[in-house]
Formats: sequence, structure tokens, C-alpha cells
Amino acid sequence: MPAKGMPTTLTQGSGTKGGIGESTLRPDGALKVTGEFAYSSDLWHEDMLWGQILRSTVAHAEIASIDASEALAVPGVYAVMTYDDLPTGVRNYGLEIRDTPVLAHGKVRHHGEPVAIVAADHPETARRAAARIRVDYRELPVVTDEASALAPDAALVHENRDDHHIARVPHPNIVHRQPVVRGDVASARERADVIVEGEYTFGMQDQAFLGPESGLAVPEEDGGVHLYVATQWLHSDLRQIAPVLGLPEDRVRMTLAGVGGAFGGREDLSMQIHACLLALRTGKPVKIVYNRFESFFGHVHRHPAKLHYEHGATADGRLTHVKARIVLDGGAYASSSPAVVGNAASLGVGPYAVDAVDVEAVALYTNNPPCGAMRGFGAVQACFAYEAQMDRLAARLGLDPVEFRQLNAMEQGTLMPTGQPVDSPAPVAELLRRVKARPMPPERQWESGEGADVRRLPGGLSNTTHGEGVVRGVGYAVGIKNVGFSEGFDDYSTARVRLEVAGGEPVAAVHTAMAEVGQGGVTVHAQIARTELGVARVTVHPADTRVGSAGSTSASRQTYVTGGAVRNACELVREKVLELGRRKLGPSHPAWAGAGLLLEGGKVVTDGGEVLADLVDVLGDEAVEAEEEWRHRPTEPFDPRTGQGDGHVQYSFAAHRAVVEVDTELGLVKVVELACAQDVGKALNPLSVTGQIQGGTAQGLGMAVMEEIVVDPRTAKVRNPSFTDYLVPTILDTPAIPVDVLELADDHAPYGLRGVGEAPTLSSTPAVLAAIRDATGLELSRTPVRPEHLTTGTG
Amino acid sequence: MDFLRPAGWEEALAAKAEHPAAVPIAGGTDVMVEINFDHRRPEYLMDLNRVGDLYEWEVGEDAVRLGACVPYARIMEHLRAELPGLALASHTVASPQIRNRGGVGGNLGTASPAGDAHPALLAAGAEVEAESVRGARRIPIDAFYTGVKRNALAPDELIRAVHVKKADGPQQYSKVGTRNAMVIAVCAFGLALHPETRTVRTGIGSAAPTPVRARAAEEFLNAALEEGGLWDNGKAVVPSLAQRFADLCAAACDPIDDVRGTAGYRRHAVGVMARRTLTWTWESYRGARRTTEGAA
Repeated sequence: MPAKGMPTTLTQGSGTKGGIGESTLRPDGALKVTGEFAYSSDLWHEDMLWGQILRSTVAHAEIASIDASEALAVPGVYAVMTYDDLPTGVRNYGLEIRDTPVLAHGKVRHHGEPVAIVAADHPETARRAAARIRVDYRELPVVTDEASALAPDAALVHENRDDHHIARVPHPNIVHRQPVVRGDVASARERADVIVEGEYTFGMQDQAFLGPESGLAVPEEDGGVHLYVATQWLHSDLRQIAPVLGLPEDRVRMTLAGVGGAFGGREDLSMQIHACLLALRTGKPVKIVYNRFESFFGHVHRHPAKLHYEHGATADGRLTHVKARIVLDGGAYASSSPAVVGNAASLGVGPYAVDAVDVEAVALYTNNPPCGAMRGFGAVQACFAYEAQMDRLAARLGLDPVEFRQLNAMEQGTLMPTGQPVDSPAPVAELLRRVKARPMPPERQWESGEGADVRRLPGGLSNTTHGEGVVRGVGYAVGIKNVGFSEGFDDYSTARVRLEVAGGEPVAAVHTAMAEVGQGGVTVHAQIARTELGVARVTVHPADTRVGSAGSTSASRQTYVTGGAVRNACELVREKVLELGRRKLGPSHPAWAGAGLLLEGGKVVTDGGEVLADLVDVLGDEAVEAEEEWRHRPTEPFDPRTGQGDGHVQYSFAAHRAVVEVDTELGLVKVVELACAQDVGKALNPLSVTGQIQGGTAQGLGMAVMEEIVVDPRTAKVRNPSFTDYLVPTILDTPAIPVDVLELADDHAPYGLRGVGEAPTLSSTPAVLAAIRDATGLELSRTPVRPEHLTTGTG
Repeated sequence: MDFLRPAGWEEALAAKAEHPAAVPIAGGTDVMVEINFDHRRPEYLMDLNRVGDLYEWEVGEDAVRLGACVPYARIMEHLRAELPGLALASHTVASPQIRNRGGVGGNLGTASPAGDAHPALLAAGAEVEAESVRGARRIPIDAFYTGVKRNALAPDELIRAVHVKKADGPQQYSKVGTRNAMVIAVCAFGLALHPETRTVRTGIGSAAPTPVRARAAEEFLNAALEEGGLWDNGKAVVPSLAQRFADLCAAACDPIDDVRGTAGYRRHAVGVMARRTLTWTWESYRGARRTTEGAA
């Protein structure tokens, strides 16, 4: 039920321009910046009820009893449901492992786990009723880190695991373990002139998307339900929702509602099943909207990690070996932990050529908040650690940190630690060269005619320094991220394209189930259709499940995979149109019989540019439609013991140079500039590319200096579930982000493109940390860095 | 929850007398957060937005009478010369939207140690004008903060205004947060030079259960300035003196470890801010003196 302001169709373009390579504007851009865009939280239905979730107040406990009688007695309450009210035997869900209860079953495993749901005629009534449900918790000891989770007497987070990883993990509190072993580390170590060892800690980052989890479930006459929801992958939701409801998938219809950002945090289900359950129970539409507090409990976070690294190098600066152990905290449920482990292990050495590698990555089950997908997905934590190591090695060798990286940079043809050859451009050294070659921002920019401009100083308008204690530092980092789903996953996307005449001109319609979460897919799909079909007007249908899966809007994959599907569907349409033309108009011109005909500017033209016909005349009253299910080239699983295998589709690379100014007495940081260079293969929309790079860079900056969900290690309870204490960068924290875009085509990818969205998130954080180390001389083995870490002896 | 909307001050006082549990709301910066988080569910909410004179200020001969609801944005814009410390503090309050709505009355009513205005009010030596149907009184700011989020108001009293002496010397305000804007204080520090009385006053925020003055530091500095004849001879404050003052300010803190920062860091940061703000204000005082003498 689209609310006011929600575009039902996104019609774009008025000229024949606007194809790929142009910076066409987003159809939803003006609506969003003027506050007119309807997000999922704006959904409305006549006669709808409001759903509310009761969440656990403790992290680990048995539930002795739940008494909902008082809640049911509240006037205006239509339903209260607990585990016992679930309609079928399928009572768990999960992206890969179905270990997450829809509602707690006799036990809660983390702070904020859903225990009961309420529907009422007013959100406040629902909230109050939920508060009257009495839950008798018998608290259990918590496991919160590797030591407590793997202790001999450790409580098992999941007692009866039957997933396919259990046979290969050393302990039931380990979700998944992936080694990557290559070459002979022992003999390589012998050759090393310098060995550097380091222990690193990566805090728990939140996606902090602006639009909280929300959606509206509407019961339908056939006993099914229609769910309007903000998500990242409609069909993945559908596969998890339908069995819990006991409905066939064709009776659970899903339409994407306005999404206010995602960054991985909407890959898992949140309120979807709860809203559908309440709608089917009450026979009324049910809307659920989390507030910000609940949102911090309502989605998975980025895995915090402990990382141990050993790097060796020869005196002339060649890496001899890398040994690493990466321990990711997956929290109470698996979510995408196994795939995060695969990424951490396979990308854990970074964009460097190293012959001897011994990496082990594991994800733990603990009673901490569940962790899963977030922009950078397993590659981020490792990049923070290996880039710190590279700086330390360079310092020990007396080499320039950029030159040392360039000496060891991988290039096209290099073998990954998994044995997979990098078979497309890998301009790692060049990206570093570009960020280094940029002119430095001027020193002491805060000095104005009349005293200090505090906005340009650490602390900003808080007026903590007028230049006292301020030291500049510069740091570099580079990272490697995979694009698309890996390890043999069948990662396909579906697109339906239709071409017909409307209002006297040819109009293309593109229909996919791709979740537009802000990445700009709706813009790019229209550009592809314009380029392929030579029409000015393209309508992008709202995403829904009436068309096949588009896969997830994650892993930097949508332009590649759904873009590829749209391109191929357009090609099929073009062939059909030409066939139609040949049938109708073939005799009129001999060129119809030849090959190489194109659609351009609304016309059929020869490759010499001669116009054969107007598309309007070719099409007449007919609509030409084609659907394509498109796959990138297949990948294979990593060997469970050695990690060898062609596990990834494509790699993307970005490099950063950070210039920071640190108030060394107060430990406050101002990032002055964060320059990025990235290879994108082909920039389908240069403006969107720049936006992605700047956004990813800012998110990495947040992780460097402020963003962290703080969990009490004694209770496993979240201490800062609000934007008062979970800080994300403001515009005063966000520096100039000059962007240098390379376009070195990957011949395996549509248009040669390379996924853009994640790579800049990787190198941004370690570049800022390196710059802070440069300014302070401190080791800083943990991120985010806090003021007390920068002021010795005050922690 | 009942919503009271008095049309004027007398009506507001009568309503507060009748419903002492009523929570006044003006900008809503604190109250709405507490309600939204369900930390508080008052029986009555009293909207002061119709009480026009709370939004006005008067610049008198010696002092400014600042209505309780005058938004921080107005203080920044119009009272920079008269109340420089408070104007600097106002700059650090939240976001532009909230600075357009929130005022000093809300900070005082909540009396959170993290309220941004408190250190500036302490340093300036403000007085709180409180009133009830029983009458009006002025509460010295030093006596206003009585505990964590508690103040000296009687249940039937409302804050009408704050009286702050016009600055007779330089004032400074610094606040540490872990972000460069829109951030709650990890700790804050206000300092005002009062050349007319030859005294220095301080205020510390977020580093003790209540906003506090660093009295021992003030006494030490007042004595040292007097002894050295610094108010008259305009000599610089030597680093050792500034450091001793900073150490005493740090010692005046009674902070806690929390999610925003450690107690140790808070003490340290208050010391750094004390030293820097003393240097800035004293250099400014010396500069002004030289200018005055040069003109004479």
C-alpha cells in the first residue's frame, strides 16, 4: 500500500542521452533531500494494527514462564503471540543456518532477543501491553569472548547443532573455521630478516542506517499475506518467511518499501515474520516500526575481532610469509558468519603477493549481539590489522611505507593465498602512487585573520584548542575486497525487460526484484536500458516477488549481477525487435538482412549509422518482452583444510591517504583529508561511483575514531543503543574526500565494471589509524581509537 | 498523561501549584528523549511555549535577565558580548535544530551534570530566578545543583529566568566530546575572569555528580594573581602557575568511568582545558589592558 510520496514508477530521461557512463541523476534523489520520499516507516493502511516486540532484558537465560494475561487484557490489544503460538513446526530462520528462533523457545541467547509479539490498535497501546507480559528469566552464565566460549566448562550457545559446519569445527561454540595454507611458512620464516608480530582488536561497528526496520503486512483473501518491507533481498526473506507461516511461497507476496540505507544490516530478517504472523492471526494489516533504540537490537552488526599477525620480510623489503589468526565474534546466532569467515581467511593477507601463507579464521558463538553482514564483509577487520603490520614492517626495514607496499603489491596474474589467479587488472601499486602523488592539504588551515577557526581544529566548535598540542600525521592503506557471492554460491539475478510504444514513443520497462537501498541501482538499470535499446524513456518497476530473485543488494554485486541481467534481457529484447522489424519491414531495405543492426535514438540503424526504421513503426501495437536469469562465472568452495580454490568472482581495490591533525594532549582527532583512489573497471554512473567511494570512506573513518557498540563483558548487555552514545561522523568530522577513479576493464564483467561499494570502507580505517600513529608515535592496536587511548596514562 | 497548556506565566504557576508533578516542557531536548525512551512517564506535561516572556531577554545596566526559554541560537547571535562564556557553550549544544529550540531553563531543570550551559553559568556566577504562587526568589547558581539530576527547585516552582552579570572580562568555554560536533560532553570547563572583583571563577561539567566549581583552584589562582600584582602589571601567567591551577581543577573532579570516557581521562582533560582556557582568557585580558593603556 504505497504511501503518499512514494514513486510507484520511476520514469526517467527525456532525451536520447542518459546511457551508461553518464552521471544521470537519481530518480529518488530530490524526494529524499526534500523529505518527500516515503520510507517503509511511512506505510499506512486503513484499519491497520501496530505490532510490538518484547525483547529479552538479559543476554542468556532460561525462560521459566511467560504470562501474557495482563497484556491481553489491555483494551485495544488484538493478539499476543509467543513461541507456543507459532503455526507450524518451522520455528527458526537464518540466512545459511536456521538457528534463529522466530520467538524465543525456552531460552534467550542475547540481550534484546524477541520473546513475544503484540498487535494493538495504537503503537503506544502495543508498547504498554508488551511491557505487561511477565517473563520469568533464570539467568545463565554468559560466554563473551574466545577464552570464555572455548573454556572446558563453557556453556554451549547452541546445544544441539546439526548444521553442516559442526563436523569440522574444533568446538561447538565455533560457527565455522576456515584455514588458508599455501607454501612453506617454516622455511620462509628462515629467510626473513625481519619478523613483526602484532595483536589487534577491532570493535563492533553498526550499520547505523537512518531508516529503522519497518514494514506492513496485509492479509489477503486467499489466506496469504502481502508484505511491504525495507530489505536487501526480497527472495531470501521470502524463503525464510513462508515456511514459518506454513504458506507456499506464492501466497507470500513481497514488495519493496522505501529503504533508508542498509549496509548489510537488512540482509537478515527483522520484523518480517512477526508482522506476517500478527496479520494472519488478527486478519488485519499490521505495521511494525522499530525506534532507534530497538533498531540497535533489531539487526546484526559488524563482527568485532581479535587478530594475531606475524609478517616476515627480507632486508630488501620482500614479504617472506604471513601467518594470521582471525577470531570473529559472531554473537548468539550464525547469520552470515560462515561467509564472513571465508572472506576473512581468503582476503586476510591483503593485496600483496606472498608465497607462504598460513591463515586461520574462525567465528565464535557467544552471548553477544549477533553479527553478520556489513559493508566490507570480513575483509574490513583483516585490512585494519595487515595494514598496521605493513607499516610496522616498513619502519623496521627503514623503508617508505608506500614503497614497501608497492614492492609487494599484487598485480594481474598474482596467485591469491587460495591459489586463485587474479585474472583481471589489479592496479594496487598504481592506486598507492596516485594517492601519494596528490598535493598535501596546506598546514595550519585553522589560522584565519582573527584567531583560530575552531571548525578546522580537533574538537571543532567545542573549542578545546586554538592550535595547542596539534600535530599532523599522514598514513596510507590499501585493501582488497571480493565482489559478488563466493565459494560456489549460485549467485544469479533475474531481469524482465519490455519494450512498447506509449504516448507515441518507445518506452522500455525494467522489472527486477533488486532492492534499491540507496546504491543507485534504479539509476543504473535505466542507463543500461537506454544504452542497449536506444530509447530515451525507461520505467523502472518497483521491486517485488512477481519477478525472479535479483540476489542480495550486498557484496558490491548489484550493478554487476542484476546489471548484467538487465543488459542481457535488453539484448534479447533487441533481437526480438530486430526479428519483428525483419518480418514487418525486411523487404524495404537490404540491410535488414545483414548483421550488426543497432537500436539508437529510438531508431533501428545500421552500424554505419543509416536509419532503417523508427522503433515506433517497428513495434506498432506489439510489446516485446524478455526475461533473463543471469549468472556470473561460477566459483568453487574453499578446501576445508587448505583453503585452496577459485572461491571469488572478482576483486576490487582501493587505496587511501589520510591526513589528520591530532590534539595530542586531549586525544581528539580531526581528519583533514582522506583521499581515495579506486579502480572501478567502468564507471557506469561516475557521480554514483564518487558517492559510493565517499560514503564508504566516511563509514571507515567512523570506525577509526568513534563508531562502536559497547557490550558489557560481564553481562553481554549493550551499553550504548542510541545515537547519543553510538556516534557516527557529522559533516564537521568528514573531511574533503578527493576521489581518483581508474577504469581498467575486467573482461569477465558486464561493460568491464568492477563492484564499487565496499572496497573504500576497507582502507579508510587503517589509513586514518596510520596517520594518527604518525602524529602521536603510539602503537594503537585497536580501533576505534578513543581519546583516552591517545593520552598516555589516562585510560 | 495530561497535557497542560498555560497561556501565561500566572496560569503556569497556578497549574504547577495544583499539579506539582507536572513536568515543564519548552524545547523538549531532554523531556522528549526521556519520554521516547520510556524513562519517564509524567502524569502531567506542562507546555511553556505559550508563555511568551520566557522567550525574551533584557540587557540591563549590570546584568542580563535571560528568559528560561531563550533558545541557544539567540544567545549565540545576540548575547555574545554580554555573555561570552554562555555563548561559547551554546555553540556546543547539539545540532542547529536543537539550538533553535532548547534554552538554559531546560538545562537547569534537568540539572544533568552533562548539561552544556552549567560550567558557563557557574563561571559567570549566575542566579536562577525561580517562582511559585508563593512568590519569587533568586537561587545562586552555586546552590542550585543539589545532586545527580537534582536541583534546588521546590515542587511548585518554575524557572522563569537566569540573571547573569555582563562580562567584565574575558570568558572561555571548552568541551570534550568524541566527535567534532553534535556530541554529549565527556567533560566540559568554563572559566571567567572578573577584573572588577579581581577574581577568577570556574565551572566543571560531566566530571562529578553535579556541575561544580574548582574552588581550591580558584582560591589558589586568585591569591597568586593578587600576590604577583598580575591584575595591575599585566604580566603573563607563567606556565608553572597555569599548571598548578590545572592540577587543582583536575583534582576538583569526582568523575566516573562510563561508556563515554574514563574517570582518568576526564580528570586529565579538565586539567588541559583549565590550563588552556586560563591562558586564552589571561592573554585576552592582557591584550585588552594594553589596548586600553595605549588609547589612554
